[in-house]
Amino acid sequence: MLDPINAIANWLQNLLSSWGLESGLVNFIMILIGVLVVAMTVLVLDILLVWVERKMVARFQDRLGPNRLGPFGLIQPIADVIKLLIKEDITPEGADKVLFNIAPVMALATVLIIWAVIPFAPTMLGASLNVGVLYIVAAGALGTLGILMAGWAAHNKYALVGAFRMVALVVSYEVPMVTALLVPVILARSMGLHDIVEAQAQGGWFILFSPVTALIFFVCTIAELGRAPFDLAEAESEIVAGYHIEYSGMKFGMFYAGELLHALTMGALIASLFLGGWHGPFVQQVPILGVVYLFIKAFFVYWMYTWVRYTVPRIRIDHMMSLNWKFFTPLALVMVIVTAILDKLMTGLPGWIYGLGMFSANVLVAVITINLLRTYSQKERQRVAEPRPVAQADLAKAPGSGD
Amino acid sequence: MTALQIIFILVAAATLGAGLMVVTSRNLIHSALWLVVALFGVAVFYVLLQAGFLAVAQVVVYIGAIAILIIFAIMLTRRIMDEDSPTFNANWGWAVFVALIIFGALTWVLTSWPGISQPMAELSERSDPLRQLGAALVSPSLYVLPFELASVLLLAALVGAIFISWERK
Amino acid sequence: MVSNEWLFVGVFLLLAPVFPAAALLIPRLIAPRKPNPIKMQTYECGVETVGDTYIQFRVQYYIFALVFLIFDIELVFLFPWAVAFDVLPLFGVLVGVLFILILVAGLVYIWRKGALQWM
Repeated sequence: MLDPINAIANWLQNLLSSWGLESGLVNFIMILIGVLVVAMTVLVLDILLVWVERKMVARFQDRLGPNRLGPFGLIQPIADVIKLLIKEDITPEGADKVLFNIAPVMALATVLIIWAVIPFAPTMLGASLNVGVLYIVAAGALGTLGILMAGWAAHNKYALVGAFRMVALVVSYEVPMVTALLVPVILARSMGLHDIVEAQAQGGWFILFSPVTALIFFVCTIAELGRAPFDLAEAESEIVAGYHIEYSGMKFGMFYAGELLHALTMGALIASLFLGGWHGPFVQQVPILGVVYLFIKAFFVYWMYTWVRYTVPRIRIDHMMSLNWKFFTPLALVMVIVTAILDKLMTGLPGWIYGLGMFSANVLVAVITINLLRTYSQKERQRVAEPRPVAQADLAKAPGSGD
Repeated sequence: MTALQIIFILVAAATLGAGLMVVTSRNLIHSALWLVVALFGVAVFYVLLQAGFLAVAQVVVYIGAIAILIIFAIMLTRRIMDEDSPTFNANWGWAVFVALIIFGALTWVLTSWPGISQPMAELSERSDPLRQLGAALVSPSLYVLPFELASVLLLAALVGAIFISWERK
Repeated sequence: MVSNEWLFVGVFLLLAPVFPAAALLIPRLIAPRKPNPIKMQTYECGVETVGDTYIQFRVQYYIFALVFLIFDIELVFLFPWAVAFDVLPLFGVLVGVLFILILVAGLVYIWRKGALQWM
């Protein structure tokens, strides 16, 4: 009875077979139930996330956060949902009605489908796809399309500009992100998330082998999420709310829920790729513990996202693009090369030497990078500090300056 | 009819319908989005053929990159929402004719190929086609030269595209 | 036949849009619906919107998407290489590294050209 989910699944399968159903149909029903269980769990968590996010923000800003409805304000998200449900739904004139309605559905659904491949426990339902990592990138690609649709359909200048900025940002940061994904794939020798977690359970968490890659991936996922400091798409002072400016009521709620769930999904992803996923003490004996470990790690990463979000100010768009193409992309490529060559040279060596070698290589890369950055930023500061000709010319010809 | 065949027919109809919408839609963005639907249908075909890697690669490259590129290109043009411009030009009859000939030729080639009537071979559980593909790509006796050539080709595409589109200073 | 894993993913893909779509249908039944011309106007900080919404975007967006496309294709090529590490000889690894270095040459070119600078 240490593995209740599989026990229930087996019992159900036997029950359905004993009714005389075809094995193919039984299989299909089992898959359907599995999908429903995963999707419903995630969606219920998503509603809870509204509370988690608001509570965490409050703590970072030295406030209490929601605390009136129920114990610790736990009923608050349900009140929020009811409020969103009874709000009037406005479709602005000139909007492309079909796309305007599809876009919020895409916003949540493209995040939800990522959970199909995330391994919850050593023996747990879900798809152990052998191309899991690329599947996640593909889901992200569909999400980008949802953003474009939302921005285009609303017939609003801010929405269009917001969507285009967001897509340019997401698409750019996808390069170092996908490059960084290569490192866990090399270390685990598989693209399946299940195999990647299994490899970590046996050989140690990948964040120990490649902390620099983990950091690159973490920052790139922040950009992918469009959270601060990369929240240029919804820069309030310039383009108000970005691509979902014209959405109201539950449609806005879908974008909001999609954003929150996306953050937790990326947390679960980082947990699976670098923090050992379901791996933890006693997980082999009691597989259900794996789910607990996975969500603890996912919420830890989620907390990191929130921490960054409410600490760092927004970055300028040209800095953001430079950071991506001139820093993260080369660094991620260097990490892939270093990992690939070292891995091949150190095969056959005992595990701790391998781990130590990988770790020290990462430290070396990090030290060199920081030194290069220091030189570069000194140069950049000098460049910016120099008086710019345009500003001076304006000053001299300013109206009312004498002649 | 098996379940696989039913799925195939449904997806094929959706893909063809989406393809038709691409050429007949008056709105350019709608055309681009219908193209995405058609490309996604092709990805489903890859899954039905047990080529999971090709399926995700199709979505990542075609939907994730090329469709975005097309939409950006549309937004670069002037008078995007010009609904009055004709969808068809004078050559549409010839285009239909050429398309029909190509379709006929493909059908003829495929029906005369013996593999078309064979049932799909089951992949054994042990073999990992992805690993074999990866090893074949860098194996000197197989595809190492095309692999490197692909990289050089992409480099040439990158340099050429930037050279043409970036005309500053 | 399609494997169980892909069947699971397929069912998931079909069901995932159903949940948000259902959530969007509920307000249709219970939310008020009183549209009027002023309410339906496009939001633009309190002033009436002027000119065409679908403006012409700068070429910059296109260039970044183009660079992304090239990198994306290269990375898709590299994934099977990374999976096959167990069976690769050192030569195979170095060939993959060369593949990446050719990619880096392209990056250096556009960097030098100044196309990576967001204007």
